[in-house]
Amino acid sequence: MADIPKSWKVAPPKAWKLTTPEELVKDTDHRRYTLGLEKGWLRTAPDVEIKPGMHCHAALPKRLEDVGMPNPRTWSVMDEDWKLPKNWKEIILEGFKDRLERFRSFKLFMDICVRCGACADKCHYFIGSADPKNMPVLRAELFRSVYRKYFTTAGKVLGPIAGARELNIDVLKEWWYYLYQCTECRRCSVFCPYGIDTAEITLMGRELTNLLGLNIDWIAAPVAFCNRTGNHMGIQPHAYKDMIEFFLDEIETIIGYRIEPTFNRKGAEILFITPSGDVFGDPGTYTAMGYLMLFEALGLDYTWSTYASEGGNFGLFTSNEIMKKLNAKMYAEAKRLGVKWILGGECGHMWRVVNQYMGTMNLDMAEGSKMEEPVSPITGTKFENARSTKMVHITEFTADLIKHGKLKLDPSRNDHLKVTYHDSCNPARAMGLLEEPRYVIKNVCNNFYEMPPNTIREQTFCCGGGSGLNAGEDMELRMRGGMPRANAVKYVHEKYGVNKLACVCAIDRAVLPNTMEYFVPEVDVTGVHELVANALILEGEKERTVDLRGEPLPGMEDSEDV
Amino acid sequence: MDLKSLLLQKKSPIVKKWCDVVLSTYPQQSQKFLRKQKDQFANPVGRTIFEGIESIFDELLHEANADKIALFLDNIIRVRAVQEFSSSQAVGFIFGLKKVIREELEREILKEGVTEELGAFDSRIDALALLCFDIYTQCRQKIFDIRVKEVKTRSERLLQMAGLAYELPEDYEHPGKGGDLKEGQVNNKC
Ligand code: SF4
Ligand code: SF4
Repeated sequence: MADIPKSWKVAPPKAWKLTTPEELVKDTDHRRYTLGLEKGWLRTAPDVEIKPGMHCHAALPKRLEDVGMPNPRTWSVMDEDWKLPKNWKEIILEGFKDRLERFRSFKLFMDICVRCGACADKCHYFIGSADPKNMPVLRAELFRSVYRKYFTTAGKVLGPIAGARELNIDVLKEWWYYLYQCTECRRCSVFCPYGIDTAEITLMGRELTNLLGLNIDWIAAPVAFCNRTGNHMGIQPHAYKDMIEFFLDEIETIIGYRIEPTFNRKGAEILFITPSGDVFGDPGTYTAMGYLMLFEALGLDYTWSTYASEGGNFGLFTSNEIMKKLNAKMYAEAKRLGVKWILGGECGHMWRVVNQYMGTMNLDMAEGSKMEEPVSPITGTKFENARSTKMVHITEFTADLIKHGKLKLDPSRNDHLKVTYHDSCNPARAMGLLEEPRYVIKNVCNNFYEMPPNTIREQTFCCGGGSGLNAGEDMELRMRGGMPRANAVKYVHEKYGVNKLACVCAIDRAVLPNTMEYFVPEVDVTGVHELVANALILEGEKERTVDLRGEPLPGMEDSEDV
Repeated sequence: MDLKSLLLQKKSPIVKKWCDVVLSTYPQQSQKFLRKQKDQFANPVGRTIFEGIESIFDELLHEANADKIALFLDNIIRVRAVQEFSSSQAVGFIFGLKKVIREELEREILKEGVTEELGAFDSRIDALALLCFDIYTQCRQKIFDIRVKEVKTRSERLLQMAGLAYELPEDYEHPGKGGDLKEGQVNNKC
């Protein structure tokens, strides 16, 4: 028999390697994790390998042009060349210096970390990924090391011995990669004895990299749209109104009559602002229907605005200036319409901006307006906590109504639900909104179960998709980050049969259904005011047979209307 | 002594070493945390590994009920399927058990003459690996499904509003045999 020609012996492609099982477990590629955690400085080695599923797409140039941000161009994260300006290093160092001078907290956070490690294992991304660079202290160290090199004497002189490192392109890429693996949720800061807030370091880091045009599209697009039409989706006023009309149709089939809210009405007492996610994305839409039904039941003198048609503010994830600009429309619209105060819907980061920054940032916009300390027209309660911002959270408003017995409720309509509550990071940690949502839920649902204490309230776990990371392309990252939350939900599902996860954040409502589907598919996600509206008895309504989602109410399964 | 008794006798070191195999697939700097933090909510990945591996080992020794094993495996694999692993790395830890058993029971296996039994037990481990592979693939498939669904829910309301979403009329009769849709299949939205 003829010999098999040599050329037949094709070598397997390089990427394929036959491995023994022992090698399989030993050979896991840990190249990315070469950190010297031994003693002394935490040494970071820039050897980042950017992986698909773990990052968001680069921003389209048009988005940056729309808001006048630097270096608009087409680029791709996976490309070697990020098309940076030639003097990128100067730009970063200049920007770094400028921010150290302008933001005292940033300077402080660069200096005072004692590397005690209390924050190290508190980040949901670290817990879900076991990637050491997701330890908050190391995430910050990526920046501190550069800070030491260029802005401290010890670092300048001693270099690596003082934990300092040069800024180069690999360091920059590593910064960027890990800046977008932080949801700015601030869980780590709860555990830091010095109150160091790694979220603020991430905020500054993103500002800095944005100076080079390293924005992601999932943030830059909503910013550009919001800048133009007032909301993240770029929806124009008539379409916004159409969408709400659509809800009114659905509500009519449920309660038997049509309700008629107003839009852009001058002279209304209250302006209502909610994230556009409530208006355009399920299951937030049911929460929006909930607001409409609640206000109808109260006969509230309020108006929607098709201009201030977005509560969310992706400027928070972009830069201080953009955040301020996008936020300004709230007061501008309140002034234009002549309202007394603003009622805000269920949103997460919107409340961080409103509660922590809006008053000092934009209150001058309200000068000469009719705005005053908010008072509930139904109960007379003064919302002293909102005296400076003039804006009240809807669960504060509703909790007050319930406390004063102003709502007719039939919680048994929610009897098919076993509910738990996910504290959304920003309302919980940035405004201390812990009791009101729980009070409301317990009054509209008969079955409520808390998740374990170290996963709720101030210690709540992020959904894994906040701060503009709820894109589709970074699904692996989201799942890693959402895992600690899902794990706690799974626990109450198995222990008590929980089947509903309530929250007060539009991003949660977009992100958590998918996290649940992956980890605990038996649990569904809802906004709090969807639950409220299901239990709410409106004057003159027909006998309800279905809930807001068109599903039969308990005991109504055989009803003809269903 | 039969193999089962030997394995039961050495259960604790075997389970410990097998857990080490799984832990060794994680970055060194994180292993201490995964090992030490005992709170299941503060350290879900670590606790799932420890509890899962022990339960799987028990089940392998006794009934080897695939449904039960699949549950424990699922808990471990579901996270690994989205972590920093290639497919083979995500499921490869299963084979570590073979090595661990040989290390722990090297002399006893020869002395008690249970090599044949060991062969049979090895096949159980192989079957376990195949099960792992199925679970891993399902997890990855789920991720893709979720991505597609997410795009759909995000735009559904807008499409409806723009009159672009196509819904079948309520009285629509699904095509019978030979049609595109089978009994119980609905395709009322596109
Ligand atoms: S702010 Fe949240 S996401 Fe960022 S490092 Fe801290 S815990 Fe992690
Ligand atoms: S807890 Fe605070 S001081 Fe301790 S390592 Fe973390 S950031 Fe530094």
